Amino acid sequence: MKLKKFSILALSISLIAAVLSGCGAKQQKNDAGNLYICNWAEYIDPEVLTLFEKETGIKVSYDEFETNEIMYPVIEAGAISYDLACPSDYMIQKMIENDLLDEIDFSHIPNYANIDEAQLTAAKEFDPENKYSVPYCWGTVGILYNTKMVEKAPDSWAVLWDEQYKGNILMQDSVRDTFGITLKYLGYSLNSTNEAELNQAKELLISQRPLVQAYVVDQVRDKMIGGEASIGVIYSGEVLFCQESNEDLAYVIPKEGSNVWLDCWVIPKNAQNKENAEAFINFLCRPDIAVKNFEYITYATPNKAAKELLDTEYQENPAVFPDESILSKCETFHYLGEESEELYNSLWKEVRSN
Amino acid sequence: MNRKILGKYLIAGPYIFWMAAFTIIPLCLIFYYGLTDKSGIFTLENILAIATQEHAKALWISLLLSFISTLICLVLAYPLAMILKGMSVSQHSFIVFIFILPMWMNFLLRTLAWQTILEKNGVLNSILTFFHLPKQNIINTPYAIIFGMVYNFLPFMVLPIYNVLVKIDDNVINAARDLGANSIQTFVRVIFPLSLPGVVSGITMVFIPALTTFVISNLLGGGKIYLIGNIIEQEFTTAYNWHLGSGLSLVLMAFILINMLFTFKYDGAKGAVL
Repeated sequence: MKLKKFSILALSISLIAAVLSGCGAKQQKNDAGNLYICNWAEYIDPEVLTLFEKETGIKVSYDEFETNEIMYPVIEAGAISYDLACPSDYMIQKMIENDLLDEIDFSHIPNYANIDEAQLTAAKEFDPENKYSVPYCWGTVGILYNTKMVEKAPDSWAVLWDEQYKGNILMQDSVRDTFGITLKYLGYSLNSTNEAELNQAKELLISQRPLVQAYVVDQVRDKMIGGEASIGVIYSGEVLFCQESNEDLAYVIPKEGSNVWLDCWVIPKNAQNKENAEAFINFLCRPDIAVKNFEYITYATPNKAAKELLDTEYQENPAVFPDESILSKCETFHYLGEESEELYNSLWKEVRSN
Repeated sequence: MNRKILGKYLIAGPYIFWMAAFTIIPLCLIFYYGLTDKSGIFTLENILAIATQEHAKALWISLLLSFISTLICLVLAYPLAMILKGMSVSQHSFIVFIFILPMWMNFLLRTLAWQTILEKNGVLNSILTFFHLPKQNIINTPYAIIFGMVYNFLPFMVLPIYNVLVKIDDNVINAARDLGANSIQTFVRVIFPLSLPGVVSGITMVFIPALTTFVISNLLGGGKIYLIGNIIEQEFTTAYNWHLGSGLSLVLMAFILINMLFTFKYDGAKGAVL
């Protein structure tokens, strides 16, 4: 009886061991052909991923995040070692400063030559030597409004504080975006670290609370399309999609200026499949792929060769590719350091819990 | 004899491992983070931070909303459990089945569905407009959150009460009747006291998840109502302040412990009598 028990135990232990070692071996074999990507939600044409897998045989695992602030600790903790991530300007600066990123080997990315010089210059604001990042999409933050529900086409951030639209305003649930536009409205820099200016912005945001219908991120799009709200703060890349679904929607970059942002591919230090990551960036920089991707996500591409392939209707759409005159009033976010970040967060918390 | 004890430990092994890995170690980590600052020095600051205006307010709203939700759940669940008790076996098992059925679907999806129903141009308002009734603005208000809590947690109130009620021996009720109690007296002095353990565990099972939720307030509150759960979530996800997040979690745990003590007191006493 006892012997039997023992043999069952021994058998099961050896079985478990076999299964475990089997798994390990399998994973190792696959690792050569894997790629772990962490990108914004709905920020790539899924077909592009399939095409890449087909062409290269590399297996792509794809995760999504909602804001830069949520993505950062995931990369920093390193529990999942992503090979490729797509943060925005100020977050890339923070990642470089905290030594989380690996230099990219551009000899593996011949299609890098397609990227617009102007965007590479813009990228120098956060990656001074263009060593760590490859631009993926760029755009602005502006106001999407429903022409049927808004009397006069807005041209200023002031409309977000207009009593007339009480309960019809959607704000971004993202600390830098929300403070950024408020600082712009007040005439300050959106990279302000001045406590008095930030407090003024906070008071203004608190006074706006009763007018706001909801603080959301990606849902601005759905709610605006469904006519749930008349005014929403939105990223320019969502505009074409919204207009296709609801033709009453229009986009404006307010005259006070706004945020111009640039999302780039970066390779974290703990990446396991760096060469695959570079192969993927190269694939995305190919003009035909960039065009295909643009047509799906409708975020402005920094790929000059791809832009020339687009319909003139897109090329000349000021919502997607805005004029230099308004862009000169826009600013890129900078990483402001830990202390200012804490200040922003605590002020944001006061706004949200007021 | 010794082998027997050893065998017992072996069998308990997986559970002990589970407890250690997923309950005790994480709990220790929360204590560690909650009681230290960024440089790792002992501090009570993270716990005392509950007194700041925004945290205290969020805690107060959380307590208030979860209290109201628990009360509504109790008022809805008790009569339902009584009705179920009175039914024949085949009938009540069907209704219990219907009750549990929605729980087969992820609760996030069900809450998202409520968002669509309660929206300004949502299903509910379309129906109201059809009957020329005034539109109701429920979404993004505390009412929507209470609604979401009651909807999601009601089964956790019904089932424990129902389980206790069906176990009450009919002879006890008959005896009360024989001794001259009318139905109200029977209920107040016999059935209700006997069902208290179920009521108390139902209260715990509704109150605790309601107190700590952040998903319901996010989805149905439009980010306008900040519960203590939202604050803790933000500290972990976007503000990177795990120390403050853990400190506030410890405070929340204290409130849960108070609730548990209350539960044990009733559960224990009545359980012994039963």
